[in-house]
Amino acid sequence: MGFLDTLLGRTKPVQPKLDDLFALPSAAIQLQAATGFVPTGSGSVCFRAAEGKPFADVQNEVRDLLDMDADKGTALPVEVTKDSYGYTWLVSNHLSDEVEALVTDLHAVNSALVDNGFGPQLLCTLVAFSDDSHRRLALVYLYKRGTFYPFAPLNERQQERDNALEFQVKGVLGDELKIEQDVTRWFPVWGAPGL
Amino acid sequence: MATHTRYAPDRGLSVRMTATMFLLGLVFVAFVALIIGIMSATHQSDGAIIVVALIFGGGSAWISLFYSDKIGLAAAGARIVTPQDAPKLHGIVDRLCALADMDKPRVAIAPARMLHAFATGRNSKNSVLCVTDGLLRAGLTDAELEGILAHELSHVAHKDVQVMTVASLLAIVAGLLVRFAFYSELFGGGRRGGNNSQAALLIPLIMVASALVYAISFLLIRVLSRYRELAADRSGALLTQNPSALISALQKVSGSMNLIPKQDLRAAEPLNTFYFAPAMRLHGEGGGGLSALFSTHPSLEKRVEQLEKIQRELGQVGPGPRGLE
Repeated sequence: MGFLDTLLGRTKPVQPKLDDLFALPSAAIQLQAATGFVPTGSGSVCFRAAEGKPFADVQNEVRDLLDMDADKGTALPVEVTKDSYGYTWLVSNHLSDEVEALVTDLHAVNSALVDNGFGPQLLCTLVAFSDDSHRRLALVYLYKRGTFYPFAPLNERQQERDNALEFQVKGVLGDELKIEQDVTRWFPVWGAPGL
Repeated sequence: MATHTRYAPDRGLSVRMTATMFLLGLVFVAFVALIIGIMSATHQSDGAIIVVALIFGGGSAWISLFYSDKIGLAAAGARIVTPQDAPKLHGIVDRLCALADMDKPRVAIAPARMLHAFATGRNSKNSVLCVTDGLLRAGLTDAELEGILAHELSHVAHKDVQVMTVASLLAIVAGLLVRFAFYSELFGGGRRGGNNSQAALLIPLIMVASALVYAISFLLIRVLSRYRELAADRSGALLTQNPSALISALQKVSGSMNLIPKQDLRAAEPLNTFYFAPAMRLHGEGGGGLSALFSTHPSLEKRVEQLEKIQRELGQVGPGPRGLE
């Protein structure tokens, strides 16, 4: 924020960074090779729905767009859920080895929102992984920072997360992805759909 | 990449805020010029009084800014809470900070029954966001609570603590000068001893000028404070994209002020500045005239009116409803 904005008490809505998302498919391969975690094929975009009809229209448009894929039989239908914080999640389900198609879907959601002026509403995107012992892991992409962080929930009720695993993933993917260095921004996404 | 935004900046608010700050600066410059003028007219070389006032005033302003987070927390009796203590509160703040791409402030809860939230701290790294127990138990919906937190986070983003500290420096210095001049009138008679007949006039003149400047700058600071509140409402509503929730939160929190308080309201008074809505009203709701002039917060009607404008913008089709203002 510039000096003038401070003086005048203004905040400019922060536009999302979209391009770094495309580093995910190669990172998924690296992650599988190093830790055994494989994508579950589920990924989601989390955004803050704005009140008013224009936003609802855009949201329906995006949903129809993604469902068209499902009609062609290339993907499962898109699920829309609202979490307890009032954020909307669009969950896209693919097969485990279709990370690239998944990222394309997620990008379609992002660009539809950005093109309609709702870019600042994007919060994060989440791609789910799991390993043979059914441990769960998510790579969370922060749109405003253009960075990823790992989130490994252990026990939602007691709010426990597997920090050791998260730091292991951070180390493994350090070269592949831009990892968020400020760990205070690694906020937990308990109960995120698709995880 | 298209980076258009759907919202035109609020030019009117920016212009009014700039004018207020300009006037404050003008009063400050005029004040300094006047003091220097009085000094040289009376051939009084003893300008030490101004330097002392500036050092004391600047020093105390700096200290209160530097320790604002600790002072604020101590005054409210608040304690910092961890994500385990207050998962919902932290969850809301986490998400808002991620949306706004800002550092997350520490989160604190104050054991008061009043419905309040405030933010303070000298910079974004050292800021703290505090809500009262009363607010958490007031039966606000999550969206309403989020609206209030977004308003407070906007205060942090706008660096309102720093801005208001600088703005109030003038009033502090002027107030100190009145006091110094008064004391030296009482005790310093001998030291000043009759080198110049005009010198006897010096101290009362400085007193009158300082008192006047203090009064003017006090009013201007209150004006500025009200504009900063409107700006925080606006940024908060644009962040959550849910001005309606902020309006209903305002209605609930302001409405509760009319209920019989369970705690001495004066106890909360020093903290008013960045409270969501002020605890003390000079006389009742929506009073024009004096109470509007001295208030740190704009009237409920003004705040709601502005938020309704954002509601209308959100209902409009297509990006950038510019030129409609």
